[in-house]
Amino acid sequence: MATETTNTEAKDGSGRVIAFVLFGLAALAFVAGFLDDYEGSLSIHPMDQFEVSPLFGSGDVGLFTITNVTMWMALAVLAVVALMVLGTRGRAVIPSRTQSMAEMIYGFVRQMVEDVAGKDALPFFPYILTLFLYILFANYLGLIPMAFTTTSHIAVTAIMAMGVFLTVTIVGFIKNGASFLSLFWVISAPLAIRPVLAVIEFISYMVRPLSHSLRLAGSMMAGHAVLKVFAGFVGALGLAGIAPILSVVAIYALEFLVAGIQAYVFTILTCVYLKDALHPHH
Amino acid sequence: MEGSIAQMGQFIGAGLAAIGTGAAAIGVGHVAGNFLAGALRNPSAAASQTATLFIGIAFAEALGLFAFLVAILLLFAV
Repeated sequence: MATETTNTEAKDGSGRVIAFVLFGLAALAFVAGFLDDYEGSLSIHPMDQFEVSPLFGSGDVGLFTITNVTMWMALAVLAVVALMVLGTRGRAVIPSRTQSMAEMIYGFVRQMVEDVAGKDALPFFPYILTLFLYILFANYLGLIPMAFTTTSHIAVTAIMAMGVFLTVTIVGFIKNGASFLSLFWVISAPLAIRPVLAVIEFISYMVRPLSHSLRLAGSMMAGHAVLKVFAGFVGALGLAGIAPILSVVAIYALEFLVAGIQAYVFTILTCVYLKDALHPHH
Repeated sequence: MEGSIAQMGQFIGAGLAAIGTGAAAIGVGHVAGNFLAGALRNPSAAASQTATLFIGIAFAEALGLFAFLVAILLLFAV
């Protein structure tokens, strides 16, 4: 009985802390909205947050310039390393909280690869886990206020999607030889419409890297732009600005969900493409 | 508010392209709604189909994002 009461007390306490932090953030945003020098008219620049700028000094962004994107990508990699290498260093039988987080993610992705792509896709599991971890951490780091979401840039996601596309195509041809092309020849359809279907299948295959990268970059960019637009309303509305602040909180919660789901979707589509490469026959 | 006719066309085009994202919303709602209808009929089979649900949502969403891309391209890249 005693433990029960302490448990509920602890729950209430953490709930109160979370509510207090949320309220504090809202109040801060409210004050910041007033201090922001807005020029009397509604001027919102939701796309400014995606600007790539050099980290040190100012100047042109060259091929090897260290920019804010570089920094946030490095931070995402560092966070992944911290969780997966330092977290599992103890190798305890009874895992610590960090270790069980790492084990949970590992098991989750492994299960997904096995379920969707099949057992013979397991050699690609490290690659898929790397993709998942990087996207997940980049998405969540981007949710920190004032942070930069690296996955909102098509350049970042396109590299990953092109990597997946090339891997899948090369693996498909190595494993199946020329019979990989039967992926475009739908046997279950009537013979008359198979050529038409082949063209459609071919186009949908070729558009994969575009849709794969755009899905992630587009939803991250759109979500963060919406946050910025609603934040821009706060300063313009004065005291009534409490309404957009509440909607910012709601959208932020939605973005938290989207960040996880998009990492999951990118990974599961990689598994689906890999399944097509390993078993091209419909 | 000054600007050329071309700029006006740019904005109108971007606005028209944004309609496509609404169409994607219908598609995503259709996928999720049908999943829920099926899941409520046979809840024990629902958990095994969540991956399919997300794949379906992702494919429906991609076409909406193409529309979003066209809008962004019209606004910033033309």
